[in-house]
Amino acid sequence: MTRIATKVFAWIVLAFLVAPLLAIFPLSFSSGTILTLPVPGYSLQWYEEFFLNDRWLDATRNSFIVGTATMVLATLLGTTAAYGLNMSNFRGKQIVLVLLSMPMVVPLIVTAASMFLAFSAVGLANTLWGLVIAHTIIATPYVVITVLASLQTFDPNLMRGALSLGAPPVTAFREVVLPMILPGVAAGAIFAFATSFDELVIAIFITGPGEFTLPRQMFAGLREFLSPTIAAAAVIMILLSFVLLFVSEAVRRRGEKLVARRANQ
Amino acid sequence: MSKKSRISWLLVAPLLVLVTVGFLLPIGYTMVKAVENPEVTAALPRTAAVLDTWDGEGMPPEAAFDALVEDIRSSRSGLEFGAMTRRLNFELNGSRSVIMKTRRTVDALDAPYSESLPVEIAEWGDPEFWRLIKTNSNPVTASYLLRALDLQVTPGGSIERVPADRAIFLDLFMRTFWISIWVTVICAFLAYPTAYYISTLSDRAASYAMLLVLVPFWTSILVRTTAWFILLQTEGPVNMALVWSSIIDEPIQLIFTRFAVYVAMVHVLLPFQILPLYSVMKRQGPQYLRAAASLGAPPWRQFLSVYLPLTLPGVAAGAAMVFMLSVGFYVTPALVGGLQDQMVSYYIAFFTNQSINFGMVAALSLLLLVFTGAIILIAHRLIPNVGGAIRA
Repeated sequence: MTRIATKVFAWIVLAFLVAPLLAIFPLSFSSGTILTLPVPGYSLQWYEEFFLNDRWLDATRNSFIVGTATMVLATLLGTTAAYGLNMSNFRGKQIVLVLLSMPMVVPLIVTAASMFLAFSAVGLANTLWGLVIAHTIIATPYVVITVLASLQTFDPNLMRGALSLGAPPVTAFREVVLPMILPGVAAGAIFAFATSFDELVIAIFITGPGEFTLPRQMFAGLREFLSPTIAAAAVIMILLSFVLLFVSEAVRRRGEKLVARRANQ
Repeated sequence: MSKKSRISWLLVAPLLVLVTVGFLLPIGYTMVKAVENPEVTAALPRTAAVLDTWDGEGMPPEAAFDALVEDIRSSRSGLEFGAMTRRLNFELNGSRSVIMKTRRTVDALDAPYSESLPVEIAEWGDPEFWRLIKTNSNPVTASYLLRALDLQVTPGGSIERVPADRAIFLDLFMRTFWISIWVTVICAFLAYPTAYYISTLSDRAASYAMLLVLVPFWTSILVRTTAWFILLQTEGPVNMALVWSSIIDEPIQLIFTRFAVYVAMVHVLLPFQILPLYSVMKRQGPQYLRAAASLGAPPWRQFLSVYLPLTLPGVAAGAAMVFMLSVGFYVTPALVGGLQDQMVSYYIAFFTNQSINFGMVAALSLLLLVFTGAIILIAHRLIPNVGGAIRA
């Protein structure tokens, strides 16, 4: 009895989690102009609206620019920092760890407001660079975490071996360490891109209409006029999250295989 | 320092510099902004200098009137002047119009101004108005922080509660706290049986069920909020379904209500509770429950004395995360809630974008930061290893 009740309860909760996302799909293909179910008929008009409208296109382009720049910066900075943190127990390491964790702990709204106040004082507000810097700061801690996790399974003797055979440190890192920790690095990079691509609160504070990202444009659209184009934009963002989720799962599987193969050797 | 340590530092340095310059400095700058008070001195430098030597008793000296007239006549920068009037109006409603009136009449005035000015504008004959200017020539002020707690300084220098019609912030903090508590409780209540059920499934079935948790988890908060925004419209699918199934006769107001805020926030934050719970439950072997059963404990007793204590760390880890995130939530309540359902974050955005008052932005941010910090400390005290810190 309890078992059946738990089962039913669990499926209701799981349905609650996915149903709203699924409901968006038919709405975005509606041939009507009001967002209601069941839809009167199906058409691609709202996608057409999305792909022919400069505001949506510019926003999408900005999102990809900021997301890619954030991904590159966060991955570079996060991977080097994680490698440094993993290498030795240097003095001040605990403080450094606390400082690097801060952007994950401070409420996003406080981060956003502070960055707005400070960035406007130095002319970084309303620029894509300002947004890239902000997104890099909130995304990098996650890169550090994933890379640190994969470094913990890495045998430092391999690096020592490469160095003792005369490989320059950078080459040794690229040829020996990087292939082993690549799944961690890739997972971090994907997460950094997704963080930036989905981020809205900071974008609300430090971007003007010229720098609107896709979420920022959606937020503006929701506040002005609720058109089904927003449902189409939402579906596009859901599909993108799907792609990222599958890529990161594939990367994780590959990483597990790598670790398993090493354990067998 | 060993060579290794030096290399470690070198590798960590670039990120540390970025976080310091782009994050820690802005937070520090905000804290300064919460107490900084430059507006009056910037727009009325001479007056501020004279009032600095005035003891605040009776009327200020003739020199103060001369300085004031001189300052206002020579006020060129409209920006500074505007900032000063807004600053004074924040302290005392109506000061703005007094200053603007002064600016209009000051050119036609004759010395001695201590006689002509109060005739035109009565406030300048009132020592309290002068004390207001003197108090706010001080480079530091506690006004914003006090106001964020519904307190204000009287011209006499004592602290009192603001009139009831303007006291909004204590309510706001309490509301933020209670909405977050309820969201946390509801999430824990929904997540526990769900995570338990998934943990009893076979690996294959569990990974499909977890996909239903992970897909929303990976979908942006805005998209999920947008979904609810559309579904909860008065002519939206939820209302249509309720009318169609004759539960209600005509559509009811769902969007812009507290109900909508709870539904959408729980939906957004639920995965944060399910994921840690699931990983804890997955690790529980059946042996403890079997031991309890073999000792004759009925199922409810097995659950209460064995299973629940073993899985409580998962509840705690998830609940701490959910609570921390909901305290700073902005997008979801701003979109699906009404004005009565907004949290501290809404007012931080409001003072940034609409009623431009950076002092209040900074004060509310600072208090929210202290509030969150206190919660993290308490959570750490109760359950170590909680919260998302990097460990190496």
